[in-house]
Amino acid sequence: MLKIKSYVKVNSIAEAYELNQKKSACVLGGMIWLKMGNRNVSTAIDLSGLGLDTVQELEDEYVIGCMTTLRDLEMDKSLNTFTQGAIRESLRHIVGVQFRNCTTVGGSIFGRYGFSDVLSMFLAMDTWVDLYQAGRIPLAEFVKMKKDRDILQSVIVKKTPLKTVYLSQRNTETDFPVLTCAASLIGEQPRTIIGARPGCAMVVEDREDLLYGFTEMSKKEKAEAVRKFSEYAAANVPVGSNMRGSKEYRRLLTEVLTRRAWEALGGIKE
Amino acid sequence: MNLSFWLNGVYRHDEVEPDTMLLDFLRDKGCYSIKCGCETSNCGLCTVLMDGKPILSCSTLALRAEGKKIVTMEGMQKEAEEFGTFLADEGAEQCGFCNPGFIMNIFAMENELEDPTEEDIKEYLAGNLCRCSGFVGQTRSILKYLQYKKTKKREEAEK
Ligand SMILES: Cc1cc2nc3c(=O)[nH]c(=O)nc-3n(C[C@H](O)[C@H](O)[C@H](O)COP(=O)(O)OP(=O)(O)OC[C@H]3O[C@@H](n4cnc5c(N)ncnc54)[C@H](O)[C@@H]3O)c2cc1C
Ligand code: FES
Ligand code: FES
Repeated sequence: MLKIKSYVKVNSIAEAYELNQKKSACVLGGMIWLKMGNRNVSTAIDLSGLGLDTVQELEDEYVIGCMTTLRDLEMDKSLNTFTQGAIRESLRHIVGVQFRNCTTVGGSIFGRYGFSDVLSMFLAMDTWVDLYQAGRIPLAEFVKMKKDRDILQSVIVKKTPLKTVYLSQRNTETDFPVLTCAASLIGEQPRTIIGARPGCAMVVEDREDLLYGFTEMSKKEKAEAVRKFSEYAAANVPVGSNMRGSKEYRRLLTEVLTRRAWEALGGIKE
Repeated sequence: MNLSFWLNGVYRHDEVEPDTMLLDFLRDKGCYSIKCGCETSNCGLCTVLMDGKPILSCSTLALRAEGKKIVTMEGMQKEAEEFGTFLADEGAEQCGFCNPGFIMNIFAMENELEDPTEEDIKEYLAGNLCRCSGFVGQTRSILKYLQYKKTKKREEAEK
């Protein structure tokens, strides 16, 4: 059970940061994850009065406030146009509408959960996190950092031209994913993400440059590159077993989802 | 701590502990339609509307209702009865335990989606679990209810 001694709706991020330096304090996002744990919280820090609950579109980037709900993100027209609907696809299978009206982008990214669709999707874009103390850091770096007591103010998505596809495999609707896969071309740069391995989502390094020059390839060359790269991903992405699926199953899924995502991105198959 | 909010159209002031969940708080105020069906934010039985949006009251602190408009099924009796007949006519109701959360989410869907398809309905209601049925009767009843509402609206506009 979550026990809270005192509750402060802060007036600034600076105040939140100060309060959060105490180990027993805790920042509240949507609280859906927090509520599941047993914890004695001395001060619950509520950021909901700071107007950090919107998606702001600027000339060269989107600034997504940490308190933006996953549902608002899912329904954001501009972001969905920018990602060809991939944002919505990555979120719509997460439990239910009511759940997504509670959960926040801040809690989802700061938590760095292994199963996270949210993290997998954001890693597939030119995404940065804006932390109160540490400033702007690429999300791919933030994922590897140890959790500290900083405050995540917003998530920034650069408007670098993007083509992206998001896929996930679930044993049953609304359950955690068994594997997630996102493929994207950020400008000309191919990027592949595998998440719910069940470890944290990761960028699949293309060390053999199998997808190099993807946009310039003929359809036949693309199909061959995708086949080789999916096999490469299955051989190189570390996967494991848990109650939702075995290591072997995840390895097969890595190959299949990577292939399907790149086939869709390359216009080889829908 | 002090809490001021609207409950089913009535503005009220209350005292609440910082870790009281909205579900417990609202039941304490007599809203017994809201129930707790799980420990994992998965079942949707505790659904209430906060400023018109469906949320899980089991996972939301009561203090988060500050200044907001909360609506429970107690505040939508007439509408719930109206929809209830469609559920009953389709034999969609078995034990009925899931109904309050399910019905509140249908009202939210009605507000949010224009002319939803069967697929849209299933997606919107995915977070409402029913342990008795396979959602077939429910889906049928929603489709008929929405059709009825549409016809009613059109007839009123033509008057
Ligand atoms: C039953 C269940 C099923 C789920 N299924 C899925 C799924 O299928 N796919 C998926 O992607 N996700 C899933 N999730 C995770 C969910 O989508 C959210 O990512 C998660 O609940 C965290 O978001 P929150 O807003 O609830 O954060 P909270 O629970 O409020 O916070 C989570 C952590 O982040 C910290 N925090 C919150 N905001 C900030 C901030 N701004 N700065 C610093 N620290 C902060 C909190 O202190 C806490 O440690 C599931 C969660 C549950 C409980
Ligand atoms: S009681 Fe199950 S989701 Fe709230
Ligand atoms: S009718 Fe029994 S849980 Fe839905």
